Amino acid sequence: MKRIIYKWSGIWATIWMLLPSMVQASGDKATNIVVVADTRRVTGVMHYFANLYNTDIVMFAVWTVVLTAAMGCTLGFLMDFIMSRTGLDLKSRKIVEH
Amino acid sequence: MDASWLYMYMPIAGVDIFWPGLVLIGFSVGVIGGFFGMGGAWMVTPGLNILGFPMAFAIGTDIAHIAGKSMISTIRHSKFGNVDYKLGFVMIIGTMLGIECGAQMIMWLERIGQVGPVVRWVYVGFLLLIAIMVFADYAKAVSKKKLGVVDGEKGTEGFTWYKTLHKINIPPMVHFKISGIYCSAWLPMMVSFITGVLAGFLGIGGGLLRMPALIYFIGTPTHIAVGTDLFEVMISGLYGAFTYTLKGRIELVAVFVMLTGAAIGAQIGTVATKYAKGYGIRLAFGSAVLCCMISIILKQFKFETPAAVLILSTIGIICIYIMAIMFKGAAQELREKKNREQATVKV
Repeated sequence: MKRIIYKWSGIWATIWMLLPSMVQASGDKATNIVVVADTRRVTGVMHYFANLYNTDIVMFAVWTVVLTAAMGCTLGFLMDFIMSRTGLDLKSRKIVEH
Repeated sequence: MDASWLYMYMPIAGVDIFWPGLVLIGFSVGVIGGFFGMGGAWMVTPGLNILGFPMAFAIGTDIAHIAGKSMISTIRHSKFGNVDYKLGFVMIIGTMLGIECGAQMIMWLERIGQVGPVVRWVYVGFLLLIAIMVFADYAKAVSKKKLGVVDGEKGTEGFTWYKTLHKINIPPMVHFKISGIYCSAWLPMMVSFITGVLAGFLGIGGGLLRMPALIYFIGTPTHIAVGTDLFEVMISGLYGAFTYTLKGRIELVAVFVMLTGAAIGAQIGTVATKYAKGYGIRLAFGSAVLCCMISIILKQFKFETPAAVLILSTIGIICIYIMAIMFKGAAQELREKKNREQATVKV
């Protein structure tokens, strides 16, 4: 059973990696256009992230996802807290189509 | 008068942007996205482009913003019971693969210098198709209602293509309890893959395509389609944000500025769904899509100002319409609650 699971996991992972390039009908790989962030006009945290963008794009991408998710969650729960003070019933609704 | 404080420097895109415009876009898209169950990239991408972002940056920035905003809306919809997580997770696989394929196509188009026009025309084609589908569905539902035809628990419906698609019985067959549907798992997976390819290509979360797809092809009730779609948009948006950042096409500062406005807007839009009927949501959605399509056509023919006026007016009018539904409904609910409490005290 384990062997079957491992086998299928391998096949699935291969498909996951290869499918985008197989489906793409463009032929040659895109040449990267280099964009450099201008760090001269920014300071502090913004300077740090602009610099990170120039030097380590993978780390910058991880930070982008983490910070976006963190900000979304924080704002979501903060607004939920505020909305719960309005006295509205925010836990039930009726589904009426027409 | 010096108005330079109203402009914020975006270090990656290298442009000065009118930041209150970003907050306003975030707020409006929060309201509209929370109500229609989508990220709202179809408004944000042209909106950012109008504010001065190059198209490729507008797409990447937009996709990260909608991830954060959808998270806020999903939290709210989840409390209403509008999110079918099982369906959402099944669809994630197709969505992820699809988005990556679409993003690869965009990079190729950028290399040959056709990203702007091609993306715009594909946008126009799909917006037209969706608008026609929504209005034709409404017209059919109205005529069926006049004839007294009722389609099961949901009441009168226009197009019921999902009933035909549910007959596909390729295993595994799955029961999605919250949506109240039983179908082959391949159906949501294929629908999400196709919408994912288009989403990655157009640089959107995919809600614009997936919301009607969930209703017409999978058979999800409108309110649950809205909530489930936002959950999908959230996941695909985060993934899209990662891949677009790796390609260097994102402006993180703008994302955060927009999210502050979106946090408030998303609450209004989401709570408004509680007071709206399914077909009311669909019709407003169709109108918004139509106006967006006209504005993109105007932009393509270099009528920049009329295009900007049209898209901003559309966003403004729909926002007011949704806010009116929310505040009217909320006021009535609070009035009724107060009356009930007073009646209890008297007894």
